[in-house]
Amino acid sequence: MLQVSIYRYNPETDAEPYMQDVQVDTGGKDLMVLDVMELIKAEDATVVYRRSCREGVCGSDGVNMNGINGLACVTPLSKAVRKNKLVLRPLPGLPVIRDLVVDMSLFYAQYEKVQPYLQNHTPAPAIERLQTPEEREKLDGLYECILCACCSTACPSFWWNPERFIGPAGLLQAYRFLADTRDTATEERLARLDDPFSVFRCHGIQNCVNVCPKGLNPTRAIGHIRSMLLSRAT
Amino acid sequence: MAALRTISFDGVIVGGGGAGLRASLQMAQSGFKTAVISKVFPTRSHTVSAQGGITCAIASSDPDDDWRWHMYDTVKGADYIGDQDAIEYMCSVGPEAIYELEHMGLPFSRTEEGRIYQRPFGGQSKNYGKGGQAARTCAAADRTGHALLHTLYQGNIKNQTVFLNEWYATDLVKNQDGAVVGVIAICIETGETVYVKSKATVLATGGAGRIYASTTNAHINTGDGIGMALRAGFPVQDIEMWQFHPTGIAGAGTLVTEGCRGEGGYLINKDGERFMERYAPNAKDLAGRDVVARSMVKEILEGRGCGPNGDYVYLKLDHLGEEVLESRLPGICELSRTFAHVDPTKEPVPVVPTCHYMMGGIPTNVHGQALNVDQNGEDAIIPGLYACGEVACVSVHGANRLGGNSLLDLVVFGRASGLFIEKALREGIELRDASETDLEQAMSRLDKVNNSSGGEKAGDLRKELQNTMQNYFGVFRNGPLMQQGIVKLADLRARIENAELSDKSMVFNTARIEVLELQNLLEVAEATAITAEERKESRGAHARDDFDSRDDENWLCHSVYFAPDKRVSKRGVNFEPKTVETFQPTIRSY
Repeated sequence: MLQVSIYRYNPETDAEPYMQDVQVDTGGKDLMVLDVMELIKAEDATVVYRRSCREGVCGSDGVNMNGINGLACVTPLSKAVRKNKLVLRPLPGLPVIRDLVVDMSLFYAQYEKVQPYLQNHTPAPAIERLQTPEEREKLDGLYECILCACCSTACPSFWWNPERFIGPAGLLQAYRFLADTRDTATEERLARLDDPFSVFRCHGIQNCVNVCPKGLNPTRAIGHIRSMLLSRAT
Repeated sequence: MAALRTISFDGVIVGGGGAGLRASLQMAQSGFKTAVISKVFPTRSHTVSAQGGITCAIASSDPDDDWRWHMYDTVKGADYIGDQDAIEYMCSVGPEAIYELEHMGLPFSRTEEGRIYQRPFGGQSKNYGKGGQAARTCAAADRTGHALLHTLYQGNIKNQTVFLNEWYATDLVKNQDGAVVGVIAICIETGETVYVKSKATVLATGGAGRIYASTTNAHINTGDGIGMALRAGFPVQDIEMWQFHPTGIAGAGTLVTEGCRGEGGYLINKDGERFMERYAPNAKDLAGRDVVARSMVKEILEGRGCGPNGDYVYLKLDHLGEEVLESRLPGICELSRTFAHVDPTKEPVPVVPTCHYMMGGIPTNVHGQALNVDQNGEDAIIPGLYACGEVACVSVHGANRLGGNSLLDLVVFGRASGLFIEKALREGIELRDASETDLEQAMSRLDKVNNSSGGEKAGDLRKELQNTMQNYFGVFRNGPLMQQGIVKLADLRARIENAELSDKSMVFNTARIEVLELQNLLEVAEATAITAEERKESRGAHARDDFDSRDDENWLCHSVYFAPDKRVSKRGVNFEPKTVETFQPTIRSY
């Protein structure tokens, strides 16, 4: 039997959050953490979490497993469990709505702040805008973000300044448009990021890189933005 | 009844996937007050899982490509019950819709010329089936759905669409004239129930693959729009037509794209034989999905399956080389390692046909207007109601959808719905307000669930429903077995209608949502079962052992199912495209 300790909080009935211990029969299989959550919910329907695609592309089930952020649906027990124990907590740093469900409004607001859409002030051609494979390759490692918030909620700088530091997820997308040869708003984008907080609160801790379930590297993208901002200043 | 808060919009779109976001984008750009109700944050919708691409004759890979060839393939793929006017519209308007997406920023893969990369997919041909395999599927690596959905969401942010995220629509509100005037919806975070009033209500709720035990579909694909339409007394069309994708990862059910075979992968049995050469000598592994899925099941049934239980076949990819796999199919490599514990650059991937797509749905015209069928068998437009994407049946997929056509369908008809509603709103839409009784009617199901006690657990009932569909209405079907399945579903209906909601709390109560979703699954399952039993022929994805050939004399038509009296009727297929000659039904072979 797997020992699971799960964070519980329902604002209607609980004065404060608590950890609930549950034993789960995994049948000796190396299930995904989400499978275990489903087994728990089958017994106790009041346990609440988000989930959708169950294959690591929708970004719904970012949770904290034994202290590490990740997607429950693509994290096998063999990777998460220590000494037969699994501690499940909501992603840290954001307000908890209920159990493992956090309020992601701040996270989404930072994403929207970078104007995450292509801006091109030239008239669109009758066909697609051309882009060489080499130019397109610059977007690899950037566009694949699934907005699961594992990175930003693992970032101490984001915990301290979630309203002013854009955070790794938002900055990854900021760079995704800065790096796109089809986008012509580079100068405006950089001007909006040029303050002490939006970008420069990143201290290169790299928690974001360690937890990203898609293997992306926000720190590197932030480094590129820094360079662009610094060369713009000179 | 306690006072119900009302919020009003010009247009409301239920569903934040590709179809819904394309429709909302169109309407938001027009300046009308538009809202999207989505039970998940929009980029978590199932469009995000689409991998291989979006099929469209943009003439990048082949400068001579022609949308009429794409149309021919689609009509044939549909086994001739796709509406030719709708297919003509989709294939001819498609390029414009693709270029719009590219201009919005969709990061398509590129050719050396800088154009959008296109790969071969199943059922594709040049020159009306006479010119060999075409490469017509536009791709962003193997993450095309993700790239498309995020691009559309970003476009909606830019145009300031109102999002009611993590709201769940429970039922349509119908006025005394039978017009749809909005929906009842729950704000999941607070638990508040609200009447969302609208002059145009668009159902873009996607598919319902969760009716089967083994499916590529996300947990959220529970056929909510179909349930809402059927309960409101509106029919669904061709709902017996379910696509089983040839390559779901055995055990897990997660999809590996047809693009694997497009890029040169192929299926082998336990003897290492490339068996599709026997079943489809020309197209081989790129025959229609229904053909490939049936061939795989036959191999397994005849004892040539792989693995200790012989219950799957292998998809061989390693001969493509690590470089091609990591650049063209990176997501597939990741999924294979995670869910099949196999490195596709070295070993084959165990795969099995898995429920994937609902070809049927709410019948609509090319403007997305939902249709009813009156007593004389004539189409009747349902005022106020629209549908697009997988929940709709325009019908462009008929009895079998071609790979890459679902993304095109949702973009083209999401856009078409938006365009039409924009025009209709401009001309003025007057619908009578819902009365207190109309609202009570729409609230009745939710009230019953909220007051339930003593019933069975939703999770157990869902499992039983899914196993019933899997065992009685799978890749191969036959009459006696389906009749048994129908009896089981009737028994399940009584139990599911009384399922217990043990958690009655307000805040983020997902147990409540799951009970409501289960009831929608049941509506879809029963409609599927009864219609499948009724269609006494084999066509496209509907393959019967007891009626094993196509019967054009009796069944070259749509089925139409009405839930209140569990009745199946027929509706004519459109054979009158506007700019090309009709494609006449012929024997379908690959």
